[in-house]
Amino acid sequence: MIELNTWLCWLSWPFLLAGLFFFLAGTVGLLRFPDAYSRLHAVTKADTLGLGLLVVGLSLRSDSWQSVAQMLLVWLLIMASGATACQLLARYQRDADRVDAKTIQEQPSDGR
Amino acid sequence: MAAEQLFDLTLILLLLGLAGAALHTRSLYTSIVLFIVFGLMLALTWARLGAVDLALAEAAIGAGLIGVMLLAALARSAADSTSQPARVPLSISLLLGVLVLALLIRAIQPLADSNSVLPALVDTHLDESGVSHPVTAVLLNFRAWDTLLELVVLLLALIGVRQLGSSGMALPPTWPLLRAWSRMLAPLTIIVGGYLLWRGSHAPGGAFQAGAVLAAGAVMLRLAGLLPAIRWSRWPVRALMLGGVATFALVAAGTHWMGDGWLNYPPGWSKQLILLIEITATLSIATSLTVLVIGENEHPAP
Repeated sequence: MIELNTWLCWLSWPFLLAGLFFFLAGTVGLLRFPDAYSRLHAVTKADTLGLGLLVVGLSLRSDSWQSVAQMLLVWLLIMASGATACQLLARYQRDADRVDAKTIQEQPSDGR
Repeated sequence: MAAEQLFDLTLILLLLGLAGAALHTRSLYTSIVLFIVFGLMLALTWARLGAVDLALAEAAIGAGLIGVMLLAALARSAADSTSQPARVPLSISLLLGVLVLALLIRAIQPLADSNSVLPALVDTHLDESGVSHPVTAVLLNFRAWDTLLELVVLLLALIGVRQLGSSGMALPPTWPLLRAWSRMLAPLTIIVGGYLLWRGSHAPGGAFQAGAVLAAGAVMLRLAGLLPAIRWSRWPVRALMLGGVATFALVAAGTHWMGDGWLNYPPGWSKQLILLIEITATLSIATSLTVLVIGENEHPAP
C-alpha cells in the first residue's frame, strides 16, 4: 500500500508542474498580449486547464474521496463561471470596438 | 517549515506592496483594482493566522462588495475624476502614520505575550452560551450588544445612502448565457449561504458571511434581469431590512424586562434565541448589502 502511495505521489508531479506552467503562461499572456481577446484566451487557459491539472495532481495525493470530490466541484464551478465571465468581457469589448469603428468611420465626414 | 515562512514573507511583501501601490497610482481605477487584490490577500492573511471567520468576511465584504461599490462610485463620478485631490504634505502624513503605528503596536503588544485571560474565560463559559464555536459565542452572547450596534450601523449606512438620492447604476441589457448561468448559480448561493449560517454555531461562519453570499446571489440575479427591482416602498423589503435590528432589539428588551438583564439570555433558551437572531440578521444583511450595491434601480432594458 505504501508502494502505491509513493507511486501516486511521483505520478502527481507532472500534473502539478504542468498546471503551474499553464498558470505562468496565462499570467505572461495576460501581461504581454496585445488586445483583450487574446488576453482572455490566455487567462481562461490558466483558469480551466491549469486549475484542472492542479486538481488532478492534488487528487492523486489526497487520501480521502471527499476532498477529491470537493476539488472537482470547485473546478467545475470555476470553469463554468470563468467561461461565462470570459464571454461577458469579450462581448463588452466587442461592443466597445464597434462603437470605436463607427466613430472612426464617421470622423472624416465630420471633418470636411 | 521553511516553505511556510517563505509563503508568509511573500504574503507580507505583497500586502505592503499592494497597499503602497493602491495609494500611489495615478488612475483611480487602478487604485480600486489594487485595493480589491489587497482585500483578497488580506483574507488569505487572516486565514493563515487561523481567523477563518475574519477571512470569510474580508473576502466577501472587504474585497467583493466594497470593490463593486467603489467601482460603481467611480462610474458615477467619472466627470470629476480629472481633478486631482489636494496633496497632503509628506510630513503630516508621516506624522499621522507614525502615530497610528504607535497606537497599533500598543494595542497588539498584549497579544504577543499570549497570556491574555480572555480565551480561557470564553472557554470556561462556552457551555452556557448555547453554541460551540467561541467566535459566535462572543459575537452573539457575551458581546451581543456590539453585534446589535453593528447591525444598527449597517442600517444607518443604508439610510444615509438612500438620502444621497442616487437611483442606482444603469444596468446594461441582459444576455441569455448570463441569465442561464445565474439561474444555475442562484440555488447554489442559497445552499452555501444557508450552510454558512447553520455552520456558525459550531465552526467559522455566521450571519455576516451568509448574508454577504446571499447578497452576491441577489446582485447577480438582479444584473441578469431575473429579479424585480428591490424598492424601499415595498413592505416586504422594509420588513427584511429592519427585521434583524428589530428582532435583536426585541430580544434585548425582553431579556431586560423579564429576565436577568440586557441581552442576558435565560438559561436553556440561548441556542434558540441566537438562531432566531442569526436568521433574521442574515436576511436583513443580505437585503441591505444588495440595495447598497445595486441601488433601487428600475428594470434593465430587455
